[in-house]
Amino acid sequence: MNLQESKSALRNARHMNLESVKTLYRAEMARSLRTVLQSIVSPVISTSLYFVVFGAAIGTRISEVNGVSYGAFIVPGLIMLMLLTQSVSNASFGIFFPRFSGSIYEILSAPMSYIEIVLGYVGAAATKSVILGLIVLATARLFVPFSIAHPLMMLVFLLLTAVTFSLLGFIIGIWADGFEKLQLVPLLVITPLTFLGGTFYSIDMLPPFWQAVTLANPVVYLVSGFRWSFYGIGDVSVWLSLGMILLFLCVALTTIAWIFRSGYRLRP
Amino acid sequence: MSEHAVIAVEHLGKVYSGGFEALKDVSLDIRRGEIFALLGPNGAGKTTLISVICGLVNPTSGRVLVDGHDNVSDFRAARERIGLVPQELTNEAFVTVWDTVSFSRGLFGKPKDPAHIERVLRSLSLWEKRRNRLITLSGGMKRRVLIAKALAHEPEILFLDEPTAGVDVELRRDMWEVVRELRNSGVTIILTTHYIEEAEEMADRIGVIRRGELVLVEEKRALMRKLGRKELTLHLHSPLSDVPDTLAHHDLALADDGHALVYRYDASRTDADEDDDTANIAGLLADLEAAGIHFKDLHTRQSSLEEIFVSLVKERQ
Repeated sequence: MNLQESKSALRNARHMNLESVKTLYRAEMARSLRTVLQSIVSPVISTSLYFVVFGAAIGTRISEVNGVSYGAFIVPGLIMLMLLTQSVSNASFGIFFPRFSGSIYEILSAPMSYIEIVLGYVGAAATKSVILGLIVLATARLFVPFSIAHPLMMLVFLLLTAVTFSLLGFIIGIWADGFEKLQLVPLLVITPLTFLGGTFYSIDMLPPFWQAVTLANPVVYLVSGFRWSFYGIGDVSVWLSLGMILLFLCVALTTIAWIFRSGYRLRP
Repeated sequence: MSEHAVIAVEHLGKVYSGGFEALKDVSLDIRRGEIFALLGPNGAGKTTLISVICGLVNPTSGRVLVDGHDNVSDFRAARERIGLVPQELTNEAFVTVWDTVSFSRGLFGKPKDPAHIERVLRSLSLWEKRRNRLITLSGGMKRRVLIAKALAHEPEILFLDEPTAGVDVELRRDMWEVVRELRNSGVTIILTTHYIEEAEEMADRIGVIRRGELVLVEEKRALMRKLGRKELTLHLHSPLSDVPDTLAHHDLALADDGHALVYRYDASRTDADEDDDTANIAGLLADLEAAGIHFKDLHTRQSSLEEIFVSLVKERQ
């Protein structure tokens, strides 16, 4: 690379094409508004059903967990369940669809850096998930009384999880070469890990062997940290939870950096 | 890179991960303001070449300069000059014409300019359809939308990959008109096509690509003059059974059961030679008169680019 080219590369890196990022972000947000039933109403209804069944109907027959009523105990877990599935599904569909339809050519031929493309897609997916998370939180309040002990940390966990799992969704959307694969990871990996990650129970309730096994489930750390921000209790230390989320974030960012550098499934 | 080149492709090579070598040491200069047609059989490397220039495919070797900017290290400056109309109809179905064209402008980092979008839509007869969702448009209209999207950010260079594939004859002629108007406004146009008629009708220069190699780049007129054949057909009053000996020195053949006499001659003449052609034809007509052969009608034809193209590809095989 000669001096002129080095200067150009530096200029490209320094200069952020905000107009392009905004355009992509807005288009992705507009897509959700066009499918508002699927994007917002459907996850809110399904989460509400969980509250009705597990919180109000069954929860009244279950004793308190660590001093918190069962209905209130499952609120952070359910928000996390919705946050993970929606982040992955929004972001994976967001990048998969233009690949599937062929319209990705426009994004790849635009004067946008990799970071700007990721900011547009992942930013929009994470925003939608956070908005949904807050809507589900408000909906839960209609069913069970609870308070949030550390609201700032709650928002930090909400935001970090939404971004991290939107990045994961982005990776899945690039990896998938058909609709089946697009559904595979959310159905076979995310949902089971979330159900087994302490959404509906404290891992203290499990026999010691399964407690140890459960600690290998990354979702445990997310649910635990998020629950700590509500009630000050968690299965693991809040700092361990935060550290694990940051670790997932780094892994996701590194994978995406590799995808763009190698051109994997995007630029042959 | 020549002084007038708006795109300089230098020793470009592309080997796909499966080992398929799609481009072999391709070097090409595109001149500012020209219409350049890239011809080649299926799988010859036309779309790969366009895709590398536009940043959709990473080259294995070589480089591309767009107006002097390297399309990898200085990709922003290179890409903002280029508009691409892909071969496939690849629109999102549920957005409106106006929104999708505005989206394309924003994606290239340009501030909103409704007046420009309106101009583009009007020039492509899409203004009346601006509020329509793309799913409601015909195939031809969708292709126009793709052109509008490519023009939304005011590119200096426009790539059209098979712009009229699957488009009816009338619409094809409309498209050609649009392309000519664009060229007149200063846009450099590079098109790939299967329809050689299209290249013949519109291109200033022609490039022929075969198995990843650029086998020929030539001014269209020069190419047709150099490789074309001319043919004069005389429809006779009375049929002949053989070409008379007195006419044997002319390259003549009988056709239509002796009702027509066909005279073939090479079109590869310099301007200075053209008199010789005329002299030859005049000589032939004089010899016919002397031999008492009369004709009721005549017509001439020049071989088409298609014939030239087919013979070129065959020759190299």
